[in-house]
Amino acid sequence: MISVDTVESIVEEARTLVEDPSYPAARRWLEDHPEGKVLGHFQVYFPEELAHAAGMLPLKIAGFDTTLQIRKADAHLAAFVCSIARSALELVMSGTLDILDMFVFPPICDVARHSCAVWARNFEDIDSQILYLPHNAASPAAVPYLTGEYRRILREIEEVASTRVTDGALRASIELFNENRRLIRELYRIKRETPWLLSAVEAYLLTRAAGAMPREEHNLLLQRALAALETRDGKPQDKIRVVFSGGFCEQPPLDLISVIQDACYIVDDDFMVGLRWIVSDVTADGTDPIEALADAYLNRSDYSPVQHDPRKPKEEMLLRKVREAGAEAVIIAAAKMCEPGLEEQVGYGQALYEAGIPHLVMEFEEKTTTFEQTRMEVETFAESLLFEFA
Amino acid sequence: MTTPTKHERRIVIRPPLSLAGTTRDENRKLIREWWAELDAAGEEGRPVANVFVMGSMAEILRTFDMPIAFPEMTSLQTAVRGRSLEFITTAEDAGYSPDICGYVKADIGVHLQGGDHPMGHLPEPSLVVATNLCNTYIKWAEIWERMYDCPVFVFDIPGWRGSGFETKRGSGTFRDDVRYVEAQVRELIALTEEVTGKKFDIDRFRENLAQVNELSRLFREVLELNQHRPAPFNALTEGINLMGIVNAYRGSPKGTRFLEIAKAEFAERAARGVGAVPDERFRLLLVGTACYSNFRDFAGLFEDWQGVFPHSDYMSFAGGALDRGVHYDLDRPIESMAEQMVLTTQEAMGGMFWGQDWLTEVVREWSIDGIVFHGVKSCRTVSTGLPDEREWLLRRRDIPGLFIQSDLVDPRLWSAAQLKNRIDAFFESLESRRAAGARR
Repeated sequence: MISVDTVESIVEEARTLVEDPSYPAARRWLEDHPEGKVLGHFQVYFPEELAHAAGMLPLKIAGFDTTLQIRKADAHLAAFVCSIARSALELVMSGTLDILDMFVFPPICDVARHSCAVWARNFEDIDSQILYLPHNAASPAAVPYLTGEYRRILREIEEVASTRVTDGALRASIELFNENRRLIRELYRIKRETPWLLSAVEAYLLTRAAGAMPREEHNLLLQRALAALETRDGKPQDKIRVVFSGGFCEQPPLDLISVIQDACYIVDDDFMVGLRWIVSDVTADGTDPIEALADAYLNRSDYSPVQHDPRKPKEEMLLRKVREAGAEAVIIAAAKMCEPGLEEQVGYGQALYEAGIPHLVMEFEEKTTTFEQTRMEVETFAESLLFEFA
Repeated sequence: MTTPTKHERRIVIRPPLSLAGTTRDENRKLIREWWAELDAAGEEGRPVANVFVMGSMAEILRTFDMPIAFPEMTSLQTAVRGRSLEFITTAEDAGYSPDICGYVKADIGVHLQGGDHPMGHLPEPSLVVATNLCNTYIKWAEIWERMYDCPVFVFDIPGWRGSGFETKRGSGTFRDDVRYVEAQVRELIALTEEVTGKKFDIDRFRENLAQVNELSRLFREVLELNQHRPAPFNALTEGINLMGIVNAYRGSPKGTRFLEIAKAEFAERAARGVGAVPDERFRLLLVGTACYSNFRDFAGLFEDWQGVFPHSDYMSFAGGALDRGVHYDLDRPIESMAEQMVLTTQEAMGGMFWGQDWLTEVVREWSIDGIVFHGVKSCRTVSTGLPDEREWLLRRRDIPGLFIQSDLVDPRLWSAAQLKNRIDAFFESLESRRAAGARR
């Protein structure tokens, strides 16, 4: 008998991958590729095409919730550091994630840059690198610089993978990841336009699984999910439509997303922003594929608190996101101890206030376990909007 | 404990030092002048640049006679004067989190209160230059951008890249980095021309570069004087005065003259065997920053044990890499500035993240007994990896270290008893170590 895919069953597949800190899909890939190498990276942005073209498996390490006890990492980091830096370090120190050959940090914050040195001191078998993405994003010199920096990291990758990467292999990888981005955009379109057909938690799990499995398999997973969604029934509920802002690096616990979706439709967000950083296809035909990736990072990309780009003022970008999603309110969240996220909250709040858009400010930590206070805040917020004129 | 307390130490009567106090007097004069210039610029509506100590680009801005405000310094001053908390809470009342940089909040609090600072009036910036050397610089700059609608130039200097990275002059990565930085030097010059309405004068620029070459040479000589035992100055306390001037007057003959005065005074102390801390017993290296809201108490916790800090990594990273040796080639000023920026930044910032080799070198050359790692909540740039670095140096190089935590400017994070317990225990362990060494 042929089993019929349902959205629920596919989401459960994704959940088993996302909630297991040992990265089971990566282990299966290693069984099939005994000589294969694994490149981990923080999820904010890394051009995974470079690793994929070298035959490596890129994995997004986005920290972990309470299923991972922090036993060793705390002794290596200062007290006032975000949770994701601790849990990523613990994953490796505890031996839970013992399959990494290389790890790439973005220069998005000082914790990330320091973490690279901490990893390099402690894990001599892991090539720990900082990919220096440009902070002067609007400079005409940024694309040539980033092209050179991508070439440098590619040389590191080639050394770890003991291979040479051709332009042809890069173009094929770009096409695979273009397909992945298209599928995720489609998933987000459904969530935005018909949030009663796809909940925020479901969309989140389906998206986040990309970082925990080979991308070819994730494309198939999303194709199945999108097909199953075509036949899914659902009725709109009387919920307010919100944009969630603040999940660009450390991820909120699933239960937090669940608490919010009980009272609101999350019609857009910045969860796992690295998967959607590039907002349209990268066109590498007839051009240098590395330069095409560099150009896409800078010129066809989303925004976040960890990139200053005068062409993309963050408040304006958020207001645009709200408009395009048809949202009526915003949840401005930030991970605890996340300096860039916390600093952004004030600017976002002022812009939303001036635009007359209601917003709720909150903090989260991936290891939060009790949500009663948050539930009360979100429900009160939602009800204050639903019954504004009552 | 056999160590004499500060009340029990022997009193040695020496002939007075002829240069005693000259550095402090000059420092006070120059800081007042610096504030007076900011006040005057604010009153007259002349353009002022807000910059940061790591990568101030003073060499360029001074060419345009632009007064330069350093918010890290002005925030520090609010703390040393015991006023930081009122500004921090003003910023928190406006929505800034208790968990972000206290320097940012102290500064924003001053701006929210109309700019009135305990030492003068903070003018509105006409231009902000923020390097990536501390990521919070960029977020801080964005706050002013929102407040004053002023241009923000993020000057990006690619840094240390990870496992096995070395800055190699001839490498492709070095060339790529320099090309990127050189383009930004030119972009910043063009932007400053626009903001000030003045044309760039390359000869003035050369003069500024020449002053920085001299400043760097003198700065290294001053630091080397502290290899003397006893150390003639305390990098923890008097070091702050040095850092203030070398930043505020980088590229100016006044900065160079100041270091000549400091060098003469410290050399006299060294020649006469006068240490910064009476009867010096322990030589320490500070990694991180001091706690400025409780500055005297912080220093006292070490001085009570006759501990002196002959060096600190603060003297390195907060000095715009002057200690690394800046050598601008005046025949090709713009290109050379870009090269030196890349070289010195990668060395100084690499030293902050991947600090074990530089710290080992300082321990050896400045005869250090132990390292004090002071993590501060306000500054993840300097603090994040300190416990790991401490553990690595102890395990791999047998260099003892102490890790303590408080803050730069937020007195709410000062815990006197806890700090004292840990610091006392560290000194006791250094004493035991010394005794064990003597027995061997």
